[in-house]
Amino acid sequence: MTLATPAAQETPERTGRPTAVITGIGVAAPNGLGTEQWWQSTLQGTSGIGPVVDYDASRYPSRLVGRIDGFEAAEHIPGRLLPQTDRVTRLALVAGAEALADADADPAELAEQDGYGEYGCGVVTSNATGGFEFTHREIRKLWTQGPQQVSVYESFAWFYAVNTGQLSIRHKLRGPSGVLVSEQAGGLDAIGQSRRTLRQGVKLSLTGGMDSSLDPWGLVSHLASGRLSRSDDPATAYLPFDTRAAGQVPGEGGAMLVLEEETAARARGARVYGEIAGYAATFSPRPGSGRPPGLERAARLALADSGLGVEDVDVVFADAAGLPTADDEEAAALRALFGPYGVPVTAPKTLTGRLFGGGAPLDVAAALLALRDGVIPPTAGIDRPVPEHRLDLVRGTPRHTPLRTALVLARGHGGFNAAVVVRSPEAA
Amino acid sequence: MTITLDDLVLVLTECAGADDDVTLTGQNLDVPFTDLGYDSLALLETAALMKQRFAVDLTDEEVTGIETPREFLDRVNHAAAQAA
Repeated sequence: MTLATPAAQETPERTGRPTAVITGIGVAAPNGLGTEQWWQSTLQGTSGIGPVVDYDASRYPSRLVGRIDGFEAAEHIPGRLLPQTDRVTRLALVAGAEALADADADPAELAEQDGYGEYGCGVVTSNATGGFEFTHREIRKLWTQGPQQVSVYESFAWFYAVNTGQLSIRHKLRGPSGVLVSEQAGGLDAIGQSRRTLRQGVKLSLTGGMDSSLDPWGLVSHLASGRLSRSDDPATAYLPFDTRAAGQVPGEGGAMLVLEEETAARARGARVYGEIAGYAATFSPRPGSGRPPGLERAARLALADSGLGVEDVDVVFADAAGLPTADDEEAAALRALFGPYGVPVTAPKTLTGRLFGGGAPLDVAAALLALRDGVIPPTAGIDRPVPEHRLDLVRGTPRHTPLRTALVLARGHGGFNAAVVVRSPEAA
Repeated sequence: MTITLDDLVLVLTECAGADDDVTLTGQNLDVPFTDLGYDSLALLETAALMKQRFAVDLTDEEVTGIETPREFLDRVNHAAAQAA
């Protein structure tokens, strides 16, 4: 590879860049397993947040989680995969299969077709916490029974990349693949990387993110962040942009999306939900540096990448930290971008808790269905918005309005920021 | 004691799961494990549990060299006889 000037590097990418469209959605969320069930819950304001029920969490300072109830892995996953998969991988496999079925795409069949080949389909996912429950069980065996008793599958079942690997094996997604770990911004980074693989000739890329770490050890680890709400009221524990905002609720789940090069998708007659029109990531300076956080810059860069302006954005799916300082920073970024009350803002994640690597892809799924249905899903529970934020928060009930462009924002602990611009197929 | 095919099936299923489409029976004792859907990790896990159940110790190198269920049973029974 030869060195190129930045200008020479950018030009071919911008002009010859394939259009990336989403053709399939699969969802595993605390308020719905499966896209339809989750979307109905999201519009109706049905919450998946509740107290821990799998073990006695009464002595934990935070006891609320967004847990997917009634998930019986054996109903969805081949028996051979059960001993070697953590819950998070099982959820990823279920959502991945749903997304591919929704796209009516079988990568093994596509590999036989012109223009695809063996490496024409890949998978890029995000994960922030690995296989916690599995590891908890195996580490307990290690210190109670000894190393001989530890499952050999611990070698990969814990690993951030395991969802990508198992999806690759299961669906023969052999093209350029990867995993992005950038805490809660990772889901958008995975979608951005998936889009990049189309420029390498990939025709179809399964992307998104999934996390699950609500076992006792996982919850303790989340507690250590110092960001969890201590409320016992599921309706008011996680209240971003509210004067009562006092922390987050950890949840499990996420979404898988089928991303395709548009010409290939149209050629096989795929239904198109929308385009991933823009993506960008930035890193915030260290706290106390005096320099501004990077979220606004990520949004501006993603819009520039899409060729659209702030005036084109019809709705923003906010990161919605639920922590007063972080909420203030995001509201300031939104005011700087759109002006006071300049764009409808929503955070349906108030119904699921924060899903780590899976949260932002679920927001992208919500953005795609919002564009499709002409409806902005509401933010739940916000009765007392912070007046100084000057946000047009969509609260309580869905808002019906034609939508062409959505901006999805995500932040990850440690300074990660990412933004994605989603465009409806009619507008694209 | 002799470790039987039934013992192996129980341990293998516990360690590496089972599917309806491929099952280990007396009919496919000479079919390679890979064709039965069990990879080298599945065999390492199976050997580890065999050690706990039957006190037969195979090295990782021995286990990864085994190709078929018949070979597996021969190895563990040979090791059991050595240990006795």
